[in-house]
Amino acid sequence: MRRVGRGAWLGRERVQSVLLVAPAVATLVLVALFPIVAAIWLSLQRKILLFGEQSFVGWDNYLLLLSDTRFHAALGRTFYFALVSVALELLLGLPLALLLHRAFPGRGLLRALVLIPWAIPTVVSARMWAWLFHPELGLVNRLLPWLSVNWLGTPGWALHAAIVVDVWKSTPFVAILLLAGLQAIPEDVDRAARVDGAGAWTRLWRITLPLLRPAMVLAVLFRMLDALRVFDAVWVLTGGGPAHTTETMSIYAYKTLLRAGNFGYGTTLAIANFACVMLVAVVYLRLLGPGREVE
Amino acid sequence: MRRLGLLLLGAALLTFLLGPVVWQARTSLQPEASLGADGALPFTLEAWRALFEREDFLWSLFNSIAVAAVTTLYCLTVGASAAFALARLRFPGRGLLLATALAITTFPPIAIVSPLYLSLRGLGLLDTRMGLVLPYATFALPLTLWLLTSFFRQIPLALYQAARVDGCTPFQAFRRVILPLAGPGLTTTGLLVFVFAWNEFLFALSFLTTPAKRTVPVAISLFAAEHAEPWAEIAAASILATLPLVVLTLVFQRRIVSGLTAGAMKG
Repeated sequence: MRRVGRGAWLGRERVQSVLLVAPAVATLVLVALFPIVAAIWLSLQRKILLFGEQSFVGWDNYLLLLSDTRFHAALGRTFYFALVSVALELLLGLPLALLLHRAFPGRGLLRALVLIPWAIPTVVSARMWAWLFHPELGLVNRLLPWLSVNWLGTPGWALHAAIVVDVWKSTPFVAILLLAGLQAIPEDVDRAARVDGAGAWTRLWRITLPLLRPAMVLAVLFRMLDALRVFDAVWVLTGGGPAHTTETMSIYAYKTLLRAGNFGYGTTLAIANFACVMLVAVVYLRLLGPGREVE
Repeated sequence: MRRLGLLLLGAALLTFLLGPVVWQARTSLQPEASLGADGALPFTLEAWRALFEREDFLWSLFNSIAVAAVTTLYCLTVGASAAFALARLRFPGRGLLLATALAITTFPPIAIVSPLYLSLRGLGLLDTRMGLVLPYATFALPLTLWLLTSFFRQIPLALYQAARVDGCTPFQAFRRVILPLAGPGLTTTGLLVFVFAWNEFLFALSFLTTPAKRTVPVAISLFAAEHAEPWAEIAAASILATLPLVVLTLVFQRRIVSGLTAGAMKG
């Protein structure tokens, strides 16, 4: 066996570590860090793609945000969408997780089946629901003939239709996270409470839910961050219409960037979306976390 | 009584989650012209036949498979070696790298669309399929790093130490000892990356303009006929685009669940 000094041992480890991580670091710098810095820089420019025009305008675009009522509406709408969606996902995901946690024949199959909406591409799920919401031929209106609403064409309804799609697609994800949380709760605790004469309802409220809190905090955080960035589902379902009533922050930014070719202000809108996501993450973790140690 | 309540609740949730998929499958097997008619419709493969006559759609299947496969391959290659170093070696900036990767996952894709668009245009990669792979790595690589790091940490440290004592360099220990044991972790991570790349929409929509280069989600979002929307054909296309994912999910359910929860719990 070769004798290697501790210094050489560690030195070689250090050199090889750098070589091992270099490609990943280079990729992240190239495709994530450089673009986000470039985006912040772009948000300080006036840049119209078509005319090849570019000039530095400082905070002008951000000042424009303050007076842009279309942006304010998109901002409020995005938060409404996120809060309602995530609340419903938790409300449906929790009972689903509790059911999947019980022992019954065919549980494995059922767990797999429940994951299907999660596996379906968001675009596909939006198209699927567009068909279900079709004013004359859709299943929703055939099941509720007395309502007969044009779900996607009526301001007020369209955003809620988008919420339904998001809830449908993401409830399985929430349920799976909560299920993992349930499985981490030692069975003894529940058994002890049962021996002490606690009923099923009491055990749920006093034992299971408090112990499940970290998993719930985490699931809500993940879903909030995703819902605030929502693009695919709403874009395919309504394109932001009717009359901008489903235009979320990312959709407004997308239209400004790629439809209007306004790369300066469009980027500012996108950065505003980013800032909202970060702000929510920080405030949320301050208030509720850390429920679980980050490794 | 309580049993019945639970059963009903479960049935309602299951209907909500699976009903739309069943309905979509049913629609794809009905004649386009009489979709609105009441009662049982004749079973037909008309929509499926029409779908397979759309050259652009067939291309989009090929494009999606190619882009998702290359993205997965790239992320696993670059990610595995880095994740091994993150899991087992001491080097400066280790914590910073993991934290950065985590922070990147909170970026809204829209926030970096404009700089990526300008970069790809500058490199002549705009409207090319392979030009999508690097932007896909933005979100797929951090995911890969976190998942694989936690998988590598589960492989006993003693194995690595034994290999080092026997004279392997860290790199040799990784290639000869750790990597051969990492099959399950690589499979799970690869699956999740593939699903991510297969489903991605915003970048594909923004960076590809030629119809024959589109990926499946973009093709489906723009699916239209001359006059009315071909709902039965869209249904067939949806089922086709979903089928590989559903099969993967059903086959690898346990792996995917463990990957999702590992990824989540680390966060």
